[in-house]
Amino acid sequence: MKKKLVMIGNGMAGVRTIEEILKRNDELFDITIIGDEPYPNYNRIMLSNVLQGKTTINEININDWDWYQEHYIHLLTGEKVVKIDKEKKEILTDKDQVIEYDELIIATGSSAFILPVPGSDLEGVIGFRTIEDTEKMMETAKKYKKAVVIGGGLLGLEAARGLIDRGMDVHVVHLLPTLMEQQLDAAAANLLKKDLEAQGMKFLMEKQTAEIFGEDRVQGIKFTDGTSIECDLVVMAVGIRPNVAIAREAGLEVNRAIIVNNHMVTSDSSIYAVGECAEHNGIAYGLVAPLYEQGIALADHITGREGKGYQGSILSTQLKVAGCDLFSGGKIHEDEDTQAIIVHDQFAKLYKKILVTDNKIVGIVLYGDASDGNRLFNMLKKGADISEYTSSSVLSKSGQDSEEDLVASMSAEDTVCGCNGVTKGTIVHSILEQGFTTFEEVKGCTKAGGSCGKCKPMVESILAHTLGDSFDASLQKTGMCRCTTLTRDEVVAQIKELQLKSPKEVRMVLGFESAEGCSKCRPALNYYMRMLFPEEYEDDKASRFVNEKMEGNIQKDGTFSVIPRMYGGTTTADDLIKMGEVAKKYNVPLVKVTGASRIGLYGVKKEDVPNVWEELGMRSGYAYSKSLRNVKSCVGSRFCRFGTKDSLGLGIQLEQEIEMVDTPHKMKMGVTGCPRNCAEVLTKDFGVVCVENGYQLYFGGNGGTEVRECDSLTTVKTEEEVIKYAKAYVQYYRENANYGERTAPWVERMGVDLVKDTLLNEENVEQLVNRFEKAKNTYQEAWSSVLNNPAKRDMYEVIRG
Amino acid sequence: MTVTKEWTQIMKLSDLPKQIGKEVHVNGKSIALFHLSNGEVKAIANSCPHNNGPLAEGIVSGEYVFCPLHDWKISLTTGEVQKPDNGCVEVYETEIKDDYIYLMV
Repeated sequence: MKKKLVMIGNGMAGVRTIEEILKRNDELFDITIIGDEPYPNYNRIMLSNVLQGKTTINEININDWDWYQEHYIHLLTGEKVVKIDKEKKEILTDKDQVIEYDELIIATGSSAFILPVPGSDLEGVIGFRTIEDTEKMMETAKKYKKAVVIGGGLLGLEAARGLIDRGMDVHVVHLLPTLMEQQLDAAAANLLKKDLEAQGMKFLMEKQTAEIFGEDRVQGIKFTDGTSIECDLVVMAVGIRPNVAIAREAGLEVNRAIIVNNHMVTSDSSIYAVGECAEHNGIAYGLVAPLYEQGIALADHITGREGKGYQGSILSTQLKVAGCDLFSGGKIHEDEDTQAIIVHDQFAKLYKKILVTDNKIVGIVLYGDASDGNRLFNMLKKGADISEYTSSSVLSKSGQDSEEDLVASMSAEDTVCGCNGVTKGTIVHSILEQGFTTFEEVKGCTKAGGSCGKCKPMVESILAHTLGDSFDASLQKTGMCRCTTLTRDEVVAQIKELQLKSPKEVRMVLGFESAEGCSKCRPALNYYMRMLFPEEYEDDKASRFVNEKMEGNIQKDGTFSVIPRMYGGTTTADDLIKMGEVAKKYNVPLVKVTGASRIGLYGVKKEDVPNVWEELGMRSGYAYSKSLRNVKSCVGSRFCRFGTKDSLGLGIQLEQEIEMVDTPHKMKMGVTGCPRNCAEVLTKDFGVVCVENGYQLYFGGNGGTEVRECDSLTTVKTEEEVIKYAKAYVQYYRENANYGERTAPWVERMGVDLVKDTLLNEENVEQLVNRFEKAKNTYQEAWSSVLNNPAKRDMYEVIRG
Repeated sequence: MTVTKEWTQIMKLSDLPKQIGKEVHVNGKSIALFHLSNGEVKAIANSCPHNNGPLAEGIVSGEYVFCPLHDWKISLTTGEVQKPDNGCVEVYETEIKDDYIYLMV
């Protein structure tokens, strides 16, 4: 008969332990898991990404309900264990169930520590620990304005950033003079604070909370120095408290947490503890990576395997806040035994510190550029001798060889992806057994690198190391999609050489794995074909992503947005009245000025979309497409006393000349009337600055995910030349970029000088302009062509049976 | 309670373009109908198990549809979500008679 294994707690550490046990032997135990949250196991560390809107609650599940069923695990959720009877070997739940066990794992984790001050039980005072807390914060952000986060550590700052992203005004209260004092020294903490302040976060440093006041709901906080602040939400992020009450009551040895040995066994040999509720060698860990190592030790022991046991962990930390790149591992502060190597570039806001004892790295603090964090941390964990490095070379990126050496020196159990707990062994296995050759494939199968993505370079190094000579670095970057190993450039070259005339033919002749392609190559091939053969190739709606297929952006509830063209951001009184009337008639839930200076109607039902277009009688703004979105323009010399040229007129003309033509990704342009640059053109794909003696042209800028400032192309004398260079540039981009690649990364990849040299050659420009115009002539305004074609219009109809 | 299913006439096959999904409402259910390139007609629930993405708007390739919201790949024959994601959507029987599509709902 199978032994009964019962686990209290259904969180990351516990379920990972069960997975490890099943991996070793899935016949040993009848398994029951009892969790008090009403969800299957989810990735708690991703909650701050949920709050920051980078992912959704559905996306952070690690094990779905099916997983429990598939492994015959009896799962009780929303049920709490209230008592352990270790003599009778049974537990009691709050629903009066008695469950017997042969082996018991306690994986109850920890709770947010709530400061024991008056008012801490008011409505609107919460911790940040669970899906429920996260949902509460997201709800609160919709109704209220002011939030205070108590605690300037990792979790507190991530929560604060998330609340700012949700539109709240956020103060962070911290007891000490520097932030994240457990992970950063003062120099790095100051850089972090400056960056966060620039993002709109406000700080109240060296403040101790005395009282939280309010009637039913929190209204503010008083501090011990007599000052106070008003707020509608208080998030406590001052630390965690291991959940050990039932263990203590049962008579297990408990200190700060439940005391365990190297095999995670408690003072009762049938009871184990793992995760944040366990204390090993005096340490209770609160980060995810050690928990996985503990799970392995426990699984080895409980299945009767010889393992090395759990040896304790050295921690490393990263902060999940965009624009604050930091890494911290091991020691933070210098002491008598350490020597420090420090690089502090205050201008570039870069800080790197390595603490060394006996030629070995014992501590790392990086701020501004943390890309070396994994490499250095591995050297630390391995105790690598750095005497052969000069002090500066250890801080600069080493050559590829040594990075690979480091990956080679990692053992199979070492964790590569901390977010999803994927070990080097799992990755190597997937490469060898499934024949994977790219990062994307490995990610798809193991989820390594699928969350924050910081471990991508390591996964690629493991690929390189495992595959040896058969590893093709170029594949890693441009391998078009899962259907082919050919790169984008190879595919385009073959289409030209073999004169392939349809995507179907391309996939067949070039040996794509799937005859009809995938969601990646379908739109890409459709683009390449039309770019190469503008006059012969007929656009395939079925290969367009929904937004381009339906000529509107799909919203998360399946409705669409309608954003008409407003050249240069201009409109008329009559058009405004018409938009208002149509918005009223169709009950449009949101009318908003868009980021690209147009007016958008959001939340239009699919069936209404063509009617709305028809009644507006306006051109499409292509706000959904990979093509020119808008040309942002200031009013220029027509009205502005500083304007040197008619920037508005030029902007309108530019928009008319470039609009509608498909490009590899969306494009934004700008024309500004003087160097004050009110139209913010230096972060556009193409920008024009009007000056007294002509027009300065700029290219390759981006104000989105990764901000890039434009490079200067040249200065020209006339409006005609501006239009000419714009067309040549767009066509050059159309012909050479990967589908889905913005101009900024494309310019980086091609090299600024190559783009400039090409465009400053008169002959090239002339040919590029000709090819652009040939393509432009084949495009018709999108909305009217749907309205004039009954078959296309039918696409919007919903059939009611 | 017994659930009765019945055939409902939906639309003409020749009016359904290939590889472009169609949203259909039958008996209070939103269903995504597809005309595959091999001529077959498939129908599944018009809601991705992930975030309720409207599957009728997804890109169709062979016997699979890719959800327009987050690119989950779903079999139109079994309703199963393809790895690395997990889940399943309901599949509905279809029949073609005299150029009309019928759905069993």
